[in-house]
Parts: sequence; C-alpha cells; structure tokens
Amino acid sequence: MNVSDQAAEPAAARDRKVRTAVMGDDKMDKIIDKHRGKPGSLIHVLMEIQHENHWLPRDVLHKVAEALDVPFGRVLQIATLYKTFSLTPKGRHEVHVCTGISCHLRGAAKLLETVQHVTGIKPGETDAESRFSLETGSCLGSCSLGPEIIVNGTHHARMTPAKVEDVLKDYR
Amino acid sequence: MSEALLQIDGKAVKATEGMTVLQAAQQAGISIPTLCHHEQLEPYGVCRICMVEVEVRGRKNYVVSCLYPVARDLVVRTRSEGVDKIRRVILEELLAHAPDSPALVALAQEYGADRDRFEKESSFCILCGLCVRYCAEVKQKNAVGFIEQGPRREISFIPEIASKECWDCQECFALCPTSYAQAAYFLTEALAFPGKRRAGSHSA
Amino acid sequence: MTKLHSAAELENLRAGILSSRDPAQPCIAVCAGAGCRGADAGRVVGAIEEEIGKPGLADKVNVRATGCHGFCEKGPNVVISPGDICYFEVKPEDVPEILARTIKGEVIERLVYAHPDTGQKAVHLGEVPFYKHQTRLLIGDNPKIDPMRIEDYLALGGYAALSKVLFEMSPGQVLDEVKKANLRGRGGGGFPAGLKWETAKNAPGDDKYVIVNAHEGEPGAFMDRALFTGNPHKVLEGLIIGAYAIGSHRGFIYTRHDSPQLIKHVRNALAQAEEVGLLGENILGTGFDFRVELHFDVGIFVSGESSALMRSIEGNPPEPRPKYIRTSVAGIWDKPSNLNNVETWANVPQIISRGADWYTSIGTERSKGTKLISLSGNVVNSGVVEVPMGTPLRTIVYDIGGGAPGGKAPKAVHFGGPMGGSIPERFIDTPLDFDELAALGAPIGAGGLLVMDEETDMVDVARYFLEFLTNESCGKCVPCREGMRQMLKILTNITIGKGKSGDIGRLEDLSDVTGLACLCALGKTAADPLRSMLRYFRDEYETQIARGSEAGRSETR
Repeated sequence: MNVSDQAAEPAAARDRKVRTAVMGDDKMDKIIDKHRGKPGSLIHVLMEIQHENHWLPRDVLHKVAEALDVPFGRVLQIATLYKTFSLTPKGRHEVHVCTGISCHLRGAAKLLETVQHVTGIKPGETDAESRFSLETGSCLGSCSLGPEIIVNGTHHARMTPAKVEDVLKDYR
Repeated sequence: MSEALLQIDGKAVKATEGMTVLQAAQQAGISIPTLCHHEQLEPYGVCRICMVEVEVRGRKNYVVSCLYPVARDLVVRTRSEGVDKIRRVILEELLAHAPDSPALVALAQEYGADRDRFEKESSFCILCGLCVRYCAEVKQKNAVGFIEQGPRREISFIPEIASKECWDCQECFALCPTSYAQAAYFLTEALAFPGKRRAGSHSA
Repeated sequence: MTKLHSAAELENLRAGILSSRDPAQPCIAVCAGAGCRGADAGRVVGAIEEEIGKPGLADKVNVRATGCHGFCEKGPNVVISPGDICYFEVKPEDVPEILARTIKGEVIERLVYAHPDTGQKAVHLGEVPFYKHQTRLLIGDNPKIDPMRIEDYLALGGYAALSKVLFEMSPGQVLDEVKKANLRGRGGGGFPAGLKWETAKNAPGDDKYVIVNAHEGEPGAFMDRALFTGNPHKVLEGLIIGAYAIGSHRGFIYTRHDSPQLIKHVRNALAQAEEVGLLGENILGTGFDFRVELHFDVGIFVSGESSALMRSIEGNPPEPRPKYIRTSVAGIWDKPSNLNNVETWANVPQIISRGADWYTSIGTERSKGTKLISLSGNVVNSGVVEVPMGTPLRTIVYDIGGGAPGGKAPKAVHFGGPMGGSIPERFIDTPLDFDELAALGAPIGAGGLLVMDEETDMVDVARYFLEFLTNESCGKCVPCREGMRQMLKILTNITIGKGKSGDIGRLEDLSDVTGLACLCALGKTAADPLRSMLRYFRDEYETQIARGSEAGRSETR
C-alpha cells in the first residue's frame, strides 16, 4: 500500500546503513562515560548503545559492567532478558511482522509464514548477507492497518501473503 | 522489636515483628516445604512451594511464607486442599524437568505428585537460583548467573569468571537439588575453556 | 508566551487566543495519528502544507495536523469545520481539490462516508454511523487540537479546571469531588481512583508521587496512545489536579520506548505548560510547585504493571513486587505513589469543571462516565470508540462497528487481551460495565475489544494469548514459567490434532494453580483467557481433542 522511501535512496546512503559494523569506540565511550559509576543507569546505557549501534557486542558489555560498577553477569542477564537488545549484528533492513491479536485475527500467522519463506529467516534471526533481520510481536497499536509488516519503520498495511515478495524486493 | 502473636495451624505462635511466616513456623517447629530457600541467602520466593493460606480481616489469600511478614492476629494454614493442590501441581511441573531429584521425589510422595503428569522437558534445572544467589551473595563472585527470558531462562557459567574461580570453589554444586549446576559448569568448561581451569592453591 | 500568575491572566490569554480566531473561517483537520500515518497520512499532510503555501490560500483556510480522530479503519481522516464534514481515505492527490472546494464551502461527495451495504451517504460527523452512537467527551476534542500547540487546548477551555481547583477548592474538596464521581481506574483494575488518591494523601511522609501509566501494552489496545498523543494537555491537567489533591510535587509520565510521536508530543506539552506557568514552580502564581519527568520502558509488556513500572522509574529492571504493601503507601523509592492510567487522568478536568453530579448521571450504578474502547479484530469499522458506561455491546459491535467483515457472523468478543476473556455472541446485549463483564469472565481491562468471527478457532485464541505471555514472562517463578510452558504445549498439540484424553483436566489444574500461586499479575491472569474458553467454548476443545487425525489449524486466511 505504501511506496517505500528506501527504494528512492542512493546506493551510498544505503551502504552507510550496513549494520554489522561496530560504532566508533569514542562514541561508545562517550555514552558509557555519561553514566560512569551509576549502576541504576544500566538499562539506559544499553538502550542508547542498542539504538546507535543496533547490537551489543560482548566486549562492550564488559566495558559497561566495569564503568557502571555492575557485575558482568548482571549486565549479561539484562542484555538477554529484553528482546529490545540484540547480542548479534542486525541486517540492513529490520522487518517487523506484527503478530498482535488483532493482526493475528486478520491473518498474521500466514503472513509471517510467507515472510519467513521469502527472507529465509525466522524471527530473531538475520540472514547470511545481513540484508534482513526479522522480528515479531509487540503490537504497535495500528490495529486498523492489520495485518501489517513494518520495514525500517515504514508501515505496509493490510498485507496479504501474495504481496510480500513485491514489498520486500525493493529492500536491497 | 515488638512481639506479634499469630496462629499457625490452630497453634498460637509468638513471633517478632519483621519475621516472615516461614521463620515463625520454623521457630515453632512447624514444617513448611521449601526448595529455593536457604538460611544464608535472601529469600527468593520463586519456587512457590512454601505457599500457605493466610486470613487477614476475614479475607483468605495464598502467599509465599518465605516472604510474607508476620502480623498480629494473622491466621495461617500450612496445609489445606488449596495449599496441597498448589504444591502438588508445582511438583508435577518440576518433576517434568528433574524426575529423579531426591528433594522432589520425597515431596512428590507426600503430596501425591505424579512424575509423568506432564510432558518431559529436556533441561533438569529447576531454576531455584541457589547457585546464582550463593555465588552473588556469599562468594560475591557472580561466576554463574541467569540469562534469557521466560521459558528460555537458564543458568550460565560465565567463562571469563568461571575459568578463574570455580574449580577452587565448587560450593554451589552441593546446593543444587538436581545436580544440574555441576553439569552446567563442566559443560561450560569443556566448551569454553578446556584444560584451562585454575587448579592449585586458591586457599585463603 | 509569558508566565501566568493568576486566574485572570489565564482567562485573558484564553480570550486573546479566541479573539484572534475566526470561527467562520474553514479549518481542515488532518489526522496524523498512528493509524492514519501508517496509511500514509504523512504525505497528505505534506501535500496540504505544500498546497497552502500557494498564493491566496493561506488567509482563506486554516490547516491543522491533529491526533487520532477515531475512525482508524477509514483513514487518512479529514474533518472540515465549521460543520464537521468528514472525508475518509483521503489521498495526497485529493488535497488541491479539498482546499479549493472547502474555501468555496462545497462538499466533495466522493470523499464522504458511504454505507458499505446501502450506499447511504453521511456528510457530517454526527451522521456517520461510526460516530453517531458515541459520546466523545474525551476523544472528541482530538480533531480540534494540534497536539504541539497549547493554544489549541486553551481555546477549548483547557486548564480552566486547574484554575478552579487552585483558586476555589482545597485539596480535600478536590478529593471529595473525585470520590463522589466514583471515577474507576481505566487501566484495567477498575479500582476507585478517589480511594487510591486518599490512601496516598493520608500515607505518612512529605514526598509523594503521582504517575501517568502511559505504557499501553495490551495487544489490540491503542486508545491511550490515541488520546495522549492527540491531547497531551488534557491528561497533564488531570495529573496536576491530582497532584494538588494528594499533596504531590513530583510527577512521572511513563511510556513505551517505541512511541516516538507520543514522547515528542508529551515533551513538548510539558515544556509549553512550564513556559506558561501551568507547570513547574509557583503554578499560576499560587505557590503550588509541581514538576513532571518523562520516562520510558525497555520494551516489555510487564512494564505496564504498576509495581514493575515503579521499579523501572527507580532505574531498576521492571520487576513486579508482591503486593503485600500497597504502592500508594510505599511505591517509588518506598514513597507513597499514586499511579493512574492515561484515560483515568483525562477524566479528571471534566469532573471538576462540570461536577461529580453531572459525571455520575452518565453510566450505570457502579460504572460512571464514558469509556474509550479500541475496537478491532474481525470488525468492519475498527478504531477508537467512546461510549457511556452501560452501552450494550451490541451497539458497539454492530451499530458502531458495523459487524464482522465479509458478511460473517461474530462469534465472540474478547476483552482484556492476554489477561482477559472471551464471551460468546449470545451475550452481546450485556452492558459495558466493569462488574457485569467481570462476572462473565471478560473484564473490560484497558478497553481493547476484539471481535472474533465465526471462523475463529477458540483453542487457537487461548494458545495465542499464552504464547504472547510466554514471550513476556520474566521466567522467575515456577507456576508462571512452567505452568504456561505446559499449557502452551497442550494447546498447541490440540490445535495440530494431537490432543489427548485428560488434556482438559491437566489444563484446568494448571490454570487453577497459575491463578493462585504466581508472583505477579501477569502470571495470575495468564490462564484467564483459557478459563473463559473452557467456560463457554468447551465443546470446541472437546471436538478438537477427540479429532485424532492431523487436522492442522482451522484458520486458513
């Protein structure tokens, strides 16, 4: 239903979005330093790094543990407990298939099956070329548009399995 | 600390304010089963097997005795149809993981729990957290911790720390009701730091 | 804008805003709420902004990007005032014509509502079947407000209630009014807000906190976001009034981290309110200080639970505490903390302005006022609905909702998401009422109403909700983690034709113990949908279990 903004983007801009790269150490350190010695900021720091870097490398978790004075095991527990955090690099395009109850009633399960087939991955995974990362869940509250796929924040509303390939082919 | 007079199973029990129902019961010689509880550790309240029935201002409720504070005129029942059912089903849920754990088997007999009621699960960890909490609170090493969410929750020996601390300690192994802790340690060692355990003197 | 230091100054400001506006000049309100934006309303807004830049247009018509109008199914939505002319499914290409003809006072026939069966058209909001049967006391203001402009809220009479409270009422009087109104919590508890306020007010200690729970996590519920994103000041006004009544000087607003538009609007509203002196130090010159912070979660359903939410505000992971001590007595940092839902707070200004007597004239004996409902699922007209308590479900599902699409018959309605229950269609005349629905096993919850049509597999629905909670459970306590694990396994097996005799007995045992023994509300209510299924749709379960062959799932969309 929507024309993706992504398709119009120049190749250079798309390449910059390769998400396997770790953000610069200095940027990372800046985020961590803001909360040095504040164990209560653990979730905040992790969220900021996740938002900027799209994943949490293990050595960064060690840095956070040391700087915030939190046992490493605790940092690891938090990083694995919440699905907001990823301990593996993400693909260039984050594909979210809403599996909220309203979308489920409108056929999200079959839609997800097709998306899995087209992308070759299951929820929580990233493909080998780092093109797509697939997620499900977390009803975003746009239930009237269901069932929908949200790619990089763009809603593709009232989807059917037949439309999936067409929608995803533009995300390179 | 003021005194609190409460009733447990029809018996008048004197307790001090600030005690838990479990402490008061133990002091009065009334036994309540536990799995995740340990005197050296902060009460955890996750196995739920110590649940009892309490009555407050005429209202009945089920609470975990290891955490619930004593109060004046509190009426506690450590056994009832409801309490026994809770314990039985919890045991059946845990037996699906560790059907041969001595602690579970003994309790199963008392509460009529059927080890085959539910489909078997592959991990024999019951996530009581004794190993994790002991390492954090008593040893203060945090070599083993919880990771992952919900049904995927598991204990994990952290190689960076375990390789340095565990071989000389091993104290959590004896605490484990299912022997999973030591299995997990050895598996981690074999996969993450084979041949690198810090043997030799670590004595105080 | 300069800081206001008295009630008179507030009224002068309001008068100034109103006098600068010409009510006769047409105004085009485009919904830029979440649903419409997902349907490309962003480009409609862009097209309007571009078009209005053309010479000769800007002084003839006003344009406003607003929050959710309510009729999400038919978005992008546009409302033209005066006259409340409604256009639906508006495209960017329609924009030049809309501007041109609105200025001429003409209506574009092809964009107005047409009934899908009869073709009958409805031009004005009050005639559109979706809106006609509603009483939009709260959400009705959304089309009239640009959420980024406090002036729009002031123009509608905003903050007059706060002014009345600060200058004409004592905290005790405010509390009494809210108690008299019998405002019950809209987040799912249905607990009398006035009593909660009173507990916090009377709890020992000088530091008290008030909190807006804007963490809307229930799948299928989107009305809190629609209200708060579209009209942040209404909620804020209610919060400040509550703070005054309770004696709190510090408030918290807690949202989801994945609601950027809401966060942006709330931040802006807080800044504007403070700039004008309606928030912060010395509010309206009365000496009453109250400041508000915005927090958001890490991305997990349980963050919406009040004690987990408070742990999160403290900087800890959102873990619920056993409720042996009420959070209104010991909440954030063990201080008395009064938490209420977005919609609950939004009700407060009108209770003050129009009085508890007026408020209690709406609704049933024990459920007063209106309720926001997120209507979705197998329903023709999905969206945000607002009706008086006591409205029969039939009105909501059929008159407003238009029934199920494709001519299918609704089979059940579900309230309360993963912590609620389903009731069969034969109960469709039940009034919308906290207690009546709770007695049926389908408590209102936050107000998400899911319509399920005749093809819905009721075993699959219970399985679905358990799977959802499985992915949200922290996993700490045995009855939740293991109980849900085993229930999910049994239900999945049933849906793939592998049901075994004794399954229902096992499910009942598991759901009983989960309900009694879990550490928090997530676990305790986890089996409620299943319980409602076994109460009303047991035959479906028995049939599927008896079916020994590989049936697969009956949902084949």
